[in-house]
Amino acid sequence: MSDGECKIKLLQGNEAIVEGAIVAGCRFFAGYPITPASEVSEQMSMRLPEVGGTFIQMEDEIASMGAIIGASLAGVKSMTATSGPGFSLMQENIGYACITETPCVIVNVMRGGPSTGLPTNPSQGDVMQGRWGTHGDHPIIVMAVSTVADSFEITVHAFNLSEKYRVPVIIMSDEVVAHTRESIELPETSKVEVIERIKPTVPPEWYLPYEDNSRGVPPMASFGDGYRHHQTGLIHDQKGFPTQDSKEIQAFMERQFRKITNGFQEIICFKRFMMEDAEVAIIAYGSVSRSAKRAMREARQKGIKVGLLQLITLFPFPKSPVASVLRQCQAVIVPEMNIGQISREVKRVNQFSCNIHKINKINGEFITPAEIYDGLLKIA
Amino acid sequence: MSTEMDRIRNKYLRHDKKFPHIWCPGCGNGIVMASLIRAIDQIGLDNDEVVLAAGIGCAGRMPVYIDFNTLHTTHGRSLTFATGIKLANPALTVVSIMGDGDATAIGGNHFIHAARRNLDLTAIIVNNQVYGMTGGQFSPTTPFGATTTTSSYGNLEHAFSIAELAVTAGASFVGRGTVYHVKQLDMLIKKAVKKNGFSVVEIMSNCHTQYGRRNKLPDPVSMMQWFKKHAIALEKVEKMDAEALEDRFPIGILVDRQKPDYIEQYQRIRETSKDD
Repeated sequence: MSDGECKIKLLQGNEAIVEGAIVAGCRFFAGYPITPASEVSEQMSMRLPEVGGTFIQMEDEIASMGAIIGASLAGVKSMTATSGPGFSLMQENIGYACITETPCVIVNVMRGGPSTGLPTNPSQGDVMQGRWGTHGDHPIIVMAVSTVADSFEITVHAFNLSEKYRVPVIIMSDEVVAHTRESIELPETSKVEVIERIKPTVPPEWYLPYEDNSRGVPPMASFGDGYRHHQTGLIHDQKGFPTQDSKEIQAFMERQFRKITNGFQEIICFKRFMMEDAEVAIIAYGSVSRSAKRAMREARQKGIKVGLLQLITLFPFPKSPVASVLRQCQAVIVPEMNIGQISREVKRVNQFSCNIHKINKINGEFITPAEIYDGLLKIA
Repeated sequence: MSTEMDRIRNKYLRHDKKFPHIWCPGCGNGIVMASLIRAIDQIGLDNDEVVLAAGIGCAGRMPVYIDFNTLHTTHGRSLTFATGIKLANPALTVVSIMGDGDATAIGGNHFIHAARRNLDLTAIIVNNQVYGMTGGQFSPTTPFGATTTTSSYGNLEHAFSIAELAVTAGASFVGRGTVYHVKQLDMLIKKAVKKNGFSVVEIMSNCHTQYGRRNKLPDPVSMMQWFKKHAIALEKVEKMDAEALEDRFPIGILVDRQKPDYIEQYQRIRETSKDD
């Protein structure tokens, strides 16, 4: 899309993710067909060659994840998109991206599960899998989109965080956002902030690919840059070679978490609506936050002082914005299309006398504004 | 006085960092590694231009010792990483080194599809007929009836012919050699790396520790003698009857053909679809 062209488009969430990725500099996509994420692949197969990038359809999601890590190691911003069953297959290599600190973005358009589940129905059942899907202790960033506009903006932000912190970022969409068409005004490309990974500037013989520094994020050379180095899924020392030394292992693991903690300020994204005088609040994310907003407005008309905290970053869990709502309100309601994956996290943060209520819908249907409104009437 | 061997050792090995290696004395992996290095040296590639990717297993540890751009990936998946690297930077020469279980059990799907897709990668498969690193369990290439730690009563399954699988799946170049026939091995790897398209070299290698010991070939020498006796040059195979070929396997170039190159085709798509 060239500058000057009409930037108002009618897009579905899946297409907006593609446009966001391309603006963010994504030039490699590998994927495997799956409902309800296939439009991301389809759109990428058309858009990437136009901008000099590469699309490839791999033989499965394991391969897709391997391919995007490979492309990123060779210096190209990379993404894949899938849904529950494919997301399960990707977990193995997501762990490899974590341990090698390889930037990449993984879109999971959630559908009902477990297993084949409900391929065409919405769900938020993969939230905890986003956080803990791959084995072992690891940092990861998980973000949720709720609208077509969000799908664009958060995808750009996801790439920026991934490149800056050298960590895989999971974008959680769901069947509702993915397939809803809304008008969206795409910003001028030149006005979008795009962050590139930091590359080494030392002579190649001095380069330590996993050297600690004040940010905890080592500069990253690409294969072919002249900085020959070794990448491994084994825990490695600062040179990148496998280590069994407990001190080196401890330092490596601690740095993984420290680099994310250092970046909380920009990693934790959320929106607050009508929270100033709120006595009760809704904490929601993804498409459900749209129903929550409508329920909030209707309840306000009835004189109920209700606010909404919309979580965008789900992990690392946004403790302080949640705590500030829990401190302020006598009760909160957490509506989710799962059995309570985020409400449990909210309870962990609750050091206050706030009552936490849940609305959980796991029948393949979307949570309506009326259902949240009824919930509000009970707690207000 | 510096010899040719010193020159190669100094240029290609990470000798100050990662030796001694983890392989058992007499392991075929060392022969394969030396052959790969000689082949790359003869082609004249710069170390910076080569990526060596590996999966998990004894063969998978090879990249750590060689001073290329190297990566040790997840089990069976090295070809998927190699695919991403090659597409992201087609100027790189990308070689994937795998074991038999790595390439044809857990990575079998990636292997056949890489061959079908015909991206310009080289797959080197060290076939020692067993899962060595995990203690000698049977693999997809363990012979029928052989004893392993998970086939104590004799292997009930039948072995893959990796090279023939690669031919059928569509690889542009397929060769099979052994760690006994080293000069031929150098030639096969050199041709495979130079080939534009997906190329495969299957290398019959010895794991006397985990395979040979349980199958009456208890040391490197007896396994080498077994390779010498059982490998038949491809040209001779046609003249032999089925009985004489039993237990034997052909070595040489099984296929060397031209197919459209994936990256060139994709570049054409980029040019016709350009944003304007």
